[in-house]
Amino acid sequence: MIDIFKGYKGDAVEILKKYNIRVWGDVEVKTTRGDFYGIVLPRSENDDDKHIVLKLITGYNVGIDVRTITDMKEIGYKEAHYKIPEKEFPYTEGLPKVKLFGTGGTIASRLDYRTGAVIPAFSPGELYGAVPELADICNLETEKLFAVFSENMGPEQYKALAIAIGKEIENGIDGIIIGHGTDTLHHTAAVLSFMIQNSPIPIILVGSQRSSDRPSSDAALNLMHAATAAARSDIAEVMVCMFGPTSDEYGLLHQGTRVRKMHSSYRSTFRTIGDTPIATVTREKITPIKQNYNHRRNDRKVTILPYFDEKVTLLYYYPNMQPDIIYSLIDNGYKGIVIAGTGLGHVNKPLYPAIRKCKELGIPIYMTVQTLWGYVHMFVYDTGRDLMSYGIIPAENMLPEVAFMKLSWALGQTDDLDKVRELMLTPISNDITKREPYNGYLIYQGGIPEVEEFIKKVHK
Amino acid sequence: MKKFDPTRNNKSTMKKVGYKSRSKSNRKDYEKLGFKSGLEVHQQLATKEKLFCHCPAGIYQDLHDFDAELIRHMRPTLSEMGTYDGTALMEFRTRKNITYRIKNETTCTYDVDDTPPFPINREALKYAIEISLLLQQNIVGELHITRKQYLDGSIPTGFQRTAIVGIEGEIPLKEKNIRIIQLSIEEDACREVSDIAHSRIYTTDRLGIPLIETVTYPEMLTPDEVMEAGQVIRFINRSSGKVRTGIGAGRQDVNVSIEGGTRVEIKGVSHLSWIPELTHNEAFRQKGLLEIKKELLLRINDTDEWKPNFKMINFDISDIEYEPIKKAMDNGWQLVACNLPNFKGILSHFLQPGKTFADELEGRLKVIACLEKPNMVHSEDMNPVFNEDMLKKRSRLLNSGENDAQIVFWAHESDVATAMETIEERCRLAFEEVPNETRKALTDGTTIFERVLPGADRMYPDTDSAPIPIEDEYIDSIRNLLPVNLSERLRQLQKWQIPSDCYVYILKKNLMPLMENIIKDLKVDSKWLGTLFGHKMKFIEGRIIPSVGFDYNLIYSMINFLQIQKIELDIAEKMLPIICLNPQMEFESILNSLEYEKYKKEVILKNVSSLQNMFTKINHSKNPQAAEKWIMGNLRPIALGNIPLRELNDFVLKFLANGGVK
Ligand SMILES: [Zn+2]
Repeated sequence: MIDIFKGYKGDAVEILKKYNIRVWGDVEVKTTRGDFYGIVLPRSENDDDKHIVLKLITGYNVGIDVRTITDMKEIGYKEAHYKIPEKEFPYTEGLPKVKLFGTGGTIASRLDYRTGAVIPAFSPGELYGAVPELADICNLETEKLFAVFSENMGPEQYKALAIAIGKEIENGIDGIIIGHGTDTLHHTAAVLSFMIQNSPIPIILVGSQRSSDRPSSDAALNLMHAATAAARSDIAEVMVCMFGPTSDEYGLLHQGTRVRKMHSSYRSTFRTIGDTPIATVTREKITPIKQNYNHRRNDRKVTILPYFDEKVTLLYYYPNMQPDIIYSLIDNGYKGIVIAGTGLGHVNKPLYPAIRKCKELGIPIYMTVQTLWGYVHMFVYDTGRDLMSYGIIPAENMLPEVAFMKLSWALGQTDDLDKVRELMLTPISNDITKREPYNGYLIYQGGIPEVEEFIKKVHK
Repeated sequence: MKKFDPTRNNKSTMKKVGYKSRSKSNRKDYEKLGFKSGLEVHQQLATKEKLFCHCPAGIYQDLHDFDAELIRHMRPTLSEMGTYDGTALMEFRTRKNITYRIKNETTCTYDVDDTPPFPINREALKYAIEISLLLQQNIVGELHITRKQYLDGSIPTGFQRTAIVGIEGEIPLKEKNIRIIQLSIEEDACREVSDIAHSRIYTTDRLGIPLIETVTYPEMLTPDEVMEAGQVIRFINRSSGKVRTGIGAGRQDVNVSIEGGTRVEIKGVSHLSWIPELTHNEAFRQKGLLEIKKELLLRINDTDEWKPNFKMINFDISDIEYEPIKKAMDNGWQLVACNLPNFKGILSHFLQPGKTFADELEGRLKVIACLEKPNMVHSEDMNPVFNEDMLKKRSRLLNSGENDAQIVFWAHESDVATAMETIEERCRLAFEEVPNETRKALTDGTTIFERVLPGADRMYPDTDSAPIPIEDEYIDSIRNLLPVNLSERLRQLQKWQIPSDCYVYILKKNLMPLMENIIKDLKVDSKWLGTLFGHKMKFIEGRIIPSVGFDYNLIYSMINFLQIQKIELDIAEKMLPIICLNPQMEFESILNSLEYEKYKKEVILKNVSSLQNMFTKINHSKNPQAAEKWIMGNLRPIALGNIPLRELNDFVLKFLANGGVK
């Protein structure tokens, strides 16, 4: 059924019906607070039923309290239709061929300014309309795989994405870009790092922290950086490409298994944890930071392993956690657990019986650290040694979310726990590293004179 | 052939435009022009915190004091029809690197667009509703935060969060009422530190301070009316006691149009007293542009075919004396000559005092192509920099005709294309209309190009904020605290001819009932009484705190006393500070402490002649007013209270004019 009252409900609909007013109607409203003129706009469904939204001639929106309305008259009707302009993406002989997969993130978009809805730009033509600079970097093809918000990405999408990327590689594409919402960007990057192995080309995940309907958006620059990395870089890894500093200066290419969103809203929210990023990227060039990465190849020998078991969980430990949490996981048929433990990888004694129960039932438990930086080290204290004897397996310096993705992936392909253990503890894509470089852990502390001096000179 | 004289051309075009100075212009002149003006008055609110974050409001840093910097670029976004806004495109063409200087004390991650907005500052909203009620507006039922795009970088998000609080309303001027379109609450923008070539620097201390914008209908029909409307709105804002004062706390944008012209906005006028001159000159600038259009359409049959001709200068100009060109050549910049067919006499055409059509081009080259001024020379410069030989070569290069005009500009290679487009665009606009633009006010009352006026479709709903309902009970609770009948009181003050800078003081101290009594009972001149309170008393209270027991009613008694004693009221201002400090003191004793003695008028006047005599003996000053000043200074102590000072002054002037001592 078509919602002719577009978001209005309750008292507001009653008023619209009473005076025979349509959404998009140009109206005169008499109220106890004076007269108002404007066009009735659709209303967000989550808002209350006590107000009607008008667009005034000055372009501003205001709400009218329905309880103050004494009369309404429709004197015109102006429904608005929106579409993003399409310009044909120009083909340039000699430029690399790049494929952009859309998952539903709003990497390039515009706002439907009357309803407030964000309309994603997606076809190559739309993207070109919004970011014409892309045509100087590559010949772009796009494909919309799904339209879900970042937080709704899941196993189905991961597998479909891996398979689609595999096909593109076989067909000879020079680079892949995946447009993705930023909230779970690093989860997808991690799982793709396991599902797509031995890629001969760069696979770049990119998003934006400020949607492209805003003049200060990071979307266009992120997209240009991602296109540059996909088209021209020698780095054949699954990577996340997002802002380095909050300034419009350069992007960073992060290893898909070592990257994490570290701020809820900053542009420079993605950071490599326990290592350095692989490279910096600008519109002009890619500058490697790390020397040992997989180089671009001409062959098409990629391995696609699209497996995922959904009965895996990630448990964030807190003091006085009770064993019933783990028992309920057992009761609900969970097949694997990753714990983010305190310090070097610890949980409290009350959990021990539940942990032992998991071992009896063949439910593997892997230990990671809440501190994010550093290795699990369970030999230092008795607690750790106890836990290992109950079957908990330290996951080295794998990030909790990465261990979760990897365990889901491993259990998706085998029930043989020794095989799972081997998959888990064998580094595939720097998900576990043998060493942590000194500069792999840097969190500046503001207020300290030398740090203040540094941020005065260098853009953070 | 007679040589073209740009100075003479400027004079004759000024005559054609009909330019008159403001002092020689009257209401009829503006009527003839079709002068129309509206105001947007911005006023910061005196809140503790900023509008959408919890940074302190109103703390300013030195422009060069900062803890960190960050760099952004603004990108135009698509409008609803899938096109780009005119301003948006222009701003994008300028390719500016925008640097924000931030100080940790006044700037947080919200200010630099790295954190979504916090809920709107309720203190600010309350003040805005209060002022909206003072304007007798219709208050909205629900506040909708809207994004108004600004691509100049003055706000790091690229838009200003703003919302309508009330619509319609009215303010009283002396002779008419002016209607209000709307009042909005919004966040203030950054302060500009510098804007040179491709780099613009802002400091973020002012960013986010809550302000209200009051917009009038374009109903002011003379420059003086515009200023008066500005004064009334400022007064209403201030009478609430909830606004910031001081430099930059109140600023206005003034829009002006004339018959056949266009709505042009003069931005950021920080002093109301500048408004009349600015609007006057803008009206004539538009008239000038209409004259130019008329002239060009006479000369050019098919304006679509009109095209400027650009050529790189290929002849030797190395012995040129002009510094900017020498520097440009040293930097390896390109020197571009341009022929403007049929533009002879247009470049030096009068538009504003001291400004011509060439300034319109120069202004746009600076803003759009980022070429620092001076950025061009032309064939109608008052002081030409090319010699005869160079001019000949330039003519040949461009194949210039007799009726053409020429420009030479210099720019880095990467800016040349934009500069060419800019010149062509502005010249073409001369055939069509007065361009829709915003202009920057200069202190001499003229304006320069600032940017293209943004379109109406740069308003977007803020998807980061939910609408905020404003309930009747809330409005009533604010209404109950308002000063009564503000408009009525305002009318009365206007009728009494009291200067508007006295209004706030008088209303804040609730002095109108007292003044009404004094005027009615004692028949005192209302204008004098108004300034006694609004200037003299305000000044005194700024310096001393009245003692316990002081009451404004004492002023009634004082005036009454002086009238009974037949003492001139001029002396009142001397008595006031003493009354403030010693409210129990007898008026008689106060006069004694002032060493007041009663003299007959004639006695005082008799002294003028001997004083003048004395003055001629000791005078060394060449100042023609020296005698008057010296005599008045000597007579003031005995004159005060005995003869109105103005009367004495008139007498002295007349005496001196008649040749002094006979
Ligand atoms: Zn702040």
